[in-house]
Amino acid sequence: MNETLMLTILTIITAATPLVYAAIGELVVERSGVLNLGVEGMMLGGAVCSFAVAHHTGSATLAIVAGMLAGMLLALIFAFLTLSLQSSQVATGLALTIFGIGLSALLGQSLVGIAFEGLPRLHVPWLSELPVVGRLLFSHDALVYGSFAIVILVSWFLNRTRAGLVLRAVGDSHDAAHALGIKVIRVRYMATLFGGACAGLGGAYLSLVYTPMWVENMSAGRGWIALALVVFAVWQPGRLLLGAYLFGGISILQLHGQALGINVPSQLMSMLPYLTTILVLVLISRDRGRIRRNAPASIGQSFYPTT
Amino acid sequence: MPLRFGQGTLTALQSFCSLMPESISPRAETGNGKPLVEMRGITKAYPGCLANDSIDLQLHSGGVHALLGENGAGKSTLVKVLYGLLASDSGEIYWQGEPVHIASPAVARELGIAMVFQHFSLFDSLNVLENIALGMDVDASDELQQRIIEVSTRYGLPLDPTRSVYSLSVGERQRIEIVRCLLQDPRLLIMDEPTSVLTPAEVSELFVTLKRLADEGLAILYISHKLEEIRQLCDEATILRLGRKVAEADPRVESARSLATLMMGSEIPVSQDSRQGTVGEVLLDVKDLSLSAVDSHDIALRDLHLQVRAGEIVGIAGVAGNGQDELMQALSGERRLQQAQSLSLCGEAIGRQGAGERRRKGLCCVPEERLGHAAVPTLSLSENAFLTAHHRKSLGVAWFMSASRSRQFASEIIKRFNVQCHGPQALASSLSGGNLQKFIVGREILQAPRVLVVSQPTWGVDAGAAMAIHEAIRELADQGAAVLMVSQDLDELMQNCERIGALCAGRLSAFHRVQDITVQQVGLLMGGEELNGVNA
Repeated sequence: MNETLMLTILTIITAATPLVYAAIGELVVERSGVLNLGVEGMMLGGAVCSFAVAHHTGSATLAIVAGMLAGMLLALIFAFLTLSLQSSQVATGLALTIFGIGLSALLGQSLVGIAFEGLPRLHVPWLSELPVVGRLLFSHDALVYGSFAIVILVSWFLNRTRAGLVLRAVGDSHDAAHALGIKVIRVRYMATLFGGACAGLGGAYLSLVYTPMWVENMSAGRGWIALALVVFAVWQPGRLLLGAYLFGGISILQLHGQALGINVPSQLMSMLPYLTTILVLVLISRDRGRIRRNAPASIGQSFYPTT
Repeated sequence: MPLRFGQGTLTALQSFCSLMPESISPRAETGNGKPLVEMRGITKAYPGCLANDSIDLQLHSGGVHALLGENGAGKSTLVKVLYGLLASDSGEIYWQGEPVHIASPAVARELGIAMVFQHFSLFDSLNVLENIALGMDVDASDELQQRIIEVSTRYGLPLDPTRSVYSLSVGERQRIEIVRCLLQDPRLLIMDEPTSVLTPAEVSELFVTLKRLADEGLAILYISHKLEEIRQLCDEATILRLGRKVAEADPRVESARSLATLMMGSEIPVSQDSRQGTVGEVLLDVKDLSLSAVDSHDIALRDLHLQVRAGEIVGIAGVAGNGQDELMQALSGERRLQQAQSLSLCGEAIGRQGAGERRRKGLCCVPEERLGHAAVPTLSLSENAFLTAHHRKSLGVAWFMSASRSRQFASEIIKRFNVQCHGPQALASSLSGGNLQKFIVGREILQAPRVLVVSQPTWGVDAGAAMAIHEAIRELADQGAAVLMVSQDLDELMQNCERIGALCAGRLSAFHRVQDITVQQVGLLMGGEELNGVNA
């Protein structure tokens, strides 16, 4: 197989993985009826914390855990403000992103310019030595495999378990859920924290694998793409995976296009992922039934429990 | 697929004659044993209003107990306290003599209390099976699906467990609630106005079911404002007015009129049954109206013919989900028709025109859903008045809306139709169902439409408000407007209309004069049968 093509595919996988993490977390959050626009901020928080821990301890596992915890901590602030104090989810989410950008820059001041050797790749004995397939499928780091596992788990959780049904019910109508005695606020807290952990993990992947170093604002808008991906996927995990790889693919092609000297303005190429988003959004909104079945109806609304 | 409803109605009808509530064997007297539930001195205050003022209530196993009262009398609050949705300020609840603290609906369900809500607690994006599983604290399994089909066929409440709730009509949604409760084998069943959207045959079937359940030892708390129903079904009644318990009565002995007097606190005027009006030229003319289904759950309308003349009220009966929503969309202009000639207003073909244009020309509509369709919940009454009346009442100038004129118009509606609210600035969502409905119907009537199309004008509305709405509609027809009334309440249609037809699986039956037709015959029309030997 062509070496360039092989490399391209491998970079697409690394480009798509952080998107998968951030978006699958946000998907669960939105399915519970909460709109957290702070994904970008939580990713940066996760990125800086996991890089700092990796640099100081040298442990990849600890670094990953630190990234998740940082994302959860930021999500907890968001959850407390929006769910317990009923502040506006949109305004609070935007504030969380701005806060995350600033805080990560502050924390990461001493880390700029330090290199890190990156996560170890898992070599599956025998399978990794297969020609082509071995390198494509069986020689990635643990987080790549984890991203596939988490999509399958979330899909199973939402569609096959009672807890998933409760979560979807809360997102569809919090008043009706409350009338049945479901603890709306508690469900939403847990979903929001899960979303924070996933965004933190996505951030950790950026600073540990994608570009193993810390640069200010290194997520570069991926949190926003993750938000768009959730809508792109019509809140369905399987489609989300597809979308993340599509986006990853387009953004890598854009880089390679520039490198190969394809005579298209680079600004135009940078627009591509976003143009695709808009196009796809228009196309999927034609299918009313799918949206009604999957879109959480009470998204973004504050819930005031009656006593 | 739509045929299923038709057949359901037919099956219901076959048992209609043999299963009239009167033919039920008398039950053992109840009320002498220890009460299953006793509520003592329940008090609940909201800012600015005392919803329950030290109310006592006793319910016995095997008894059907009616809770009567106007909207705002405190019925819902009392029931919510019993079901654990609200915490009372003071008062105790005893379950089989033991004091209990019902902190949440889960505790209530564990005790054996099940409830059919008036405002359905359903999840639109989930399917019937998942909705029922959520309410029962069990998994959405194949076994549950089997039980749903079993119970729904046994009680004549046809349900497809795999359909998404958003695609179901109001009547079908209510079936889910009832089936969900019946599946729980409860000790106490609370029913909040369960019959408001059922056909007479379905009501009789439900009553048979309820009486059978009571015979099996279930206690039933039945909330309704339909007094005839309560007299047929219930053996005890507690009457609430303005948060206080005003009387306990035996509904089998009291007359509907004496119950109404107790409930409202004053004599109510008798509504005028027949209308003497002259019928003029055809104002609304529907010819070969067809409308294709947009998604798989819609009903396609096929070749509808219908004429409504000036001064006439024409009724369309039908079980929910037979094309009523689609008909309303086609008439209001929410969906434009293929052929302009399919719909004419005063001789002008308007089938290709949108809702605003039709309204301007004098065709006003009142859709079925009050909150979210007929009115925007988060807007004030004067803003809601502006939304449909800005042209006909000139409430705006060019692109601007006149706040003072909108407010004036809203105040006029509030005054003319006696809407209980804080004034034109009150949010639509803050009004009770009956008051909001009076406002919405009033808003359209005061625009002096040439044709008024109303769907379910008195669904879930208390007796006083229903009477006011009916009177206003009749008065409009007397002034020379043509009125088309789409309703599932046959009494309402028989009482108000000159001619009645029925919608079944997207087709309209022939129309018959109310004098020539009985309720049972309308039932046949609703099942898609044609009547022989009756003048069309």
